[in-house]
Amino acid sequence: MIAESMYQELILEHYKHPQGRGLREPYDAEVHHVNPTCGDEITMRVRVGDGGKIEDVSYDGQGCSISQAAASMLYELASGSTAGETLAVVDEFTRLMQGRGKVEPDEDVLGDAVAFAGVAKFPARVKCALLAWMAYKDALVRSTT
Amino acid sequence: MTTVTGVGLDVERIRKDFPILSRELPGDRPLIYLDSGNSAQKPLQVIETMREHMAAHYGNVGRAMHVLGAESTEAYEAARDKIAAFVGAPSRDEIVFTKNASEALNLVAYAFGNPAGDDPRFRMGPGDEIVLSEMEHHSNIVPWQLLARRTGATLRWFPVTDEGRLDLSGIDDLINERTKIVSIAHQSNVLGTVNPVATVLARVRQAGALLLLDASQSVPHRPADFAALGADFVAFTGHKMVGPSGIGVLWGRGELLAAMPPFLGGGEMIEAVWMDHSTYAPAPHKFEAGTPPIVEAIGLGAAADYLTSVGMEAVAAHERELTAYALRALGEIPSLRVIGPTDLEARGGTVSFTLAGIHPHDVGQILDDAFGVAVRVGHHCARPLHLRFGIPATTRASFYLYNTTSEIDALVRGLHHVQKVFA
Repeated sequence: MIAESMYQELILEHYKHPQGRGLREPYDAEVHHVNPTCGDEITMRVRVGDGGKIEDVSYDGQGCSISQAAASMLYELASGSTAGETLAVVDEFTRLMQGRGKVEPDEDVLGDAVAFAGVAKFPARVKCALLAWMAYKDALVRSTT
Repeated sequence: MTTVTGVGLDVERIRKDFPILSRELPGDRPLIYLDSGNSAQKPLQVIETMREHMAAHYGNVGRAMHVLGAESTEAYEAARDKIAAFVGAPSRDEIVFTKNASEALNLVAYAFGNPAGDDPRFRMGPGDEIVLSEMEHHSNIVPWQLLARRTGATLRWFPVTDEGRLDLSGIDDLINERTKIVSIAHQSNVLGTVNPVATVLARVRQAGALLLLDASQSVPHRPADFAALGADFVAFTGHKMVGPSGIGVLWGRGELLAAMPPFLGGGEMIEAVWMDHSTYAPAPHKFEAGTPPIVEAIGLGAAADYLTSVGMEAVAAHERELTAYALRALGEIPSLRVIGPTDLEARGGTVSFTLAGIHPHDVGQILDDAFGVAVRVGHHCARPLHLRFGIPATTRASFYLYNTTSEIDALVRGLHHVQKVFA
């Protein structure tokens, strides 16, 4: 049962108890991303403070456990970090997801997000995992321009 | 496994005709294929017919003056005869081979508001109306949206009731003297609902409009009699009726096909070509530009032969038993909600449902991975219908002649496991 390895306890935990969910004020940028093949969607807001510090990431959306857990974990990882630090995590997460299960994840960079390593073996689900992270990257770009 | 569940249908024997059903999935899981509404599996009779044609008879059709050309043309046109007989078409020249049902639907849509045609029934402009239903597949929505954009015509919609039936309460207003065409599914690919063609047709005739049926989900599953059905056009596809992909069918009343402009231009659809204009071959060839899917058409003919030999009455009876069994078994799962009719009245063997708090993608992934159960998850190319029910997606099990009640038992076991994982 390969998929059992995809549904890590940590992922299910984030799905059942999402962290930081709900749209909040104030924010610098808001984006809405959809996954047209499955209808998953997310609205994401970011608030960036002095020195590029991420003051808040807030989101709302609907989708499968993978997409929702990824958003929740992103919130935890981004809170309190700087924009630059989080972009490094986003890049490593993207590399892992697009690695078809053959990429060795850098746990030091990813932290808890390493739990998603199993998703990379399921090409149809990679987009689910990346939805929130791509939305975050987009929102960050918009907040600084 | 249960052997005989249908009236006069030996499932165990039928399953032997479909080699893929006895394959194993990685991890020694058996395959439990409950996704025939998406695409059906193929019997040896179809596979062998196509192989044999390519190995011994293949040539281009309608234009090659040699033995292979003659044999291919004969087999291709014989497939048309078989399909005409299978669906009860009044004339074999009313069977147009297309790439799939989508192309068949687009072909009809392109006949409207088309300057290359001059028949008043196909004129379309601002003020004219096109009537669809909320339960349509995107294939029967988008071509009409594009047509409405090209011509300025208005799209109108049959609502769907909470029970998943076509809401006929406003039909007299909905279909009126401004209506040019009504295009609806014969059977919904999500709800399983079989729509009341006679009722809709009566109003269509009063209004002087045309009726197109998307029969992709009905022709494979029960006896078809297009002459008795009385519609103006019927579209369906080969791959859902144990035939190959790449071949679909448009049936149209002969005098309408004659009045319509061509769809694609190209070889073999012409009568004569000058540099400034062309005249066209009569239907069906007018609509079959270029080298057609020859082997696929022949394979579809073999699929019709296969289904006829099993007996479409027996196929329908078998699926009815499976559907009754599934509705009963699924109804016992807590927090499972069937989207569509929960009785057998005017419904086919497609059952879509939601599990409270669990996204269909997660349901489908675990069913596949832990139990080898193949279902479809998502909006099934019917997003407006899902929006109407306020849900993003459903899990859909769809049955065919080779399915058994023990496969439905496996689905139910799988669903209980899914609920445990996400509890």
